[in-house]
Amino acid sequence: MEWIFRNDLPIYSQLVEQIRLAIVSGVFTPGMRLSSVRDMAAEAGVNPNTLQRALQELERQGLVYSQRTNGRFVTEDANVIDQNKRALAQGQLAAFLDAMKKLGYERAEIIALLEEEA
Amino acid sequence: MPILECRELSKRFGRTTALDRVSLSIEPGRVIGLLGPNGSGKTTLIKLANGLLTPSEGEILIDGEAPGPHSKAIVSYLSDKEYLPEWMTPKQLMDFFQDFYADFDRARAEEMLARLGLDPAQKVKQMSKGTREKVQLILVMSRRAKLYLLDEPIGGVDPATRDYILDTIIRNYNPEAAVVISTHLIADVEPVLDEVLFIQNGQILLQSSVDSIREEKGMSVDQYFREVFRC
Repeated sequence: MEWIFRNDLPIYSQLVEQIRLAIVSGVFTPGMRLSSVRDMAAEAGVNPNTLQRALQELERQGLVYSQRTNGRFVTEDANVIDQNKRALAQGQLAAFLDAMKKLGYERAEIIALLEEEA
Repeated sequence: MPILECRELSKRFGRTTALDRVSLSIEPGRVIGLLGPNGSGKTTLIKLANGLLTPSEGEILIDGEAPGPHSKAIVSYLSDKEYLPEWMTPKQLMDFFQDFYADFDRARAEEMLARLGLDPAQKVKQMSKGTREKVQLILVMSRRAKLYLLDEPIGGVDPATRDYILDTIIRNYNPEAAVVISTHLIADVEPVLDEVLFIQNGQILLQSSVDSIREEKGMSVDQYFREVFRC
């Protein structure tokens, strides 16, 4: 997977978001074992402590879990993955609706436009 | 206990003050960027940590002790100058490092030489400047040191080698060792760093984590540095 970092946000939060996206979009499949922190950090080109913190946050959110001796895995809980996917979709929708409102479109017009597009 | 600690450390050369009452501490497990414009005191600080210079005032402690035999055994130093004897080959240099440093990991050095496609039998004299820098870096990173002091490690190398160096720093990461990288090429090293130290006119302006600068300023350390040190 390709890691790209913006300049205006902490690297830690960008790691959390990119890994979340990889999980909900299936790049990281349910139950998949993650590479070691060192290998993953080298692949992403980031500090291992920063990645470690990002993984701990994802663990806290239930998207990954660790097994003491075997390493870290992507959750197998489909509900957690769906909830995260839904939340990301809602974020995209909110941004889209906001941009369309700025263009002067009403809700009904937006829906009509979407239907046309599809 | 910090691996490197400075207390009111000053260094003067005649009437020039190179370091002015610097106090800082660096914990094991951290990768630190020592960032400052030319002439700000980066190399002086690193040389003091190596015992190549002695303080005018204040003190510098490595693993709790003034620089000496103990610090030399645990500090791996990459100079900003070339110092490899021209008549030697990487193989001879590895023999040399193995004799000198108990923590030298020869297998690691050989693997890194091979990965960069370097010939262990080529004389330093016949190497390009970039190749010499790579050999120097390989020797330094092949020690299992507690403190790596890298003075401008990515200054003179091509982008592919730069990536390899940063990759090496990440892969060699050890929670018991600290890495200090002095550089002015901040954008390249920024994602690899835990913390940065901004140094100017011999004084520490700031010690902060990379992500707290990004969080608070809404910009990268590189951008923030340009703002702070605008000419």
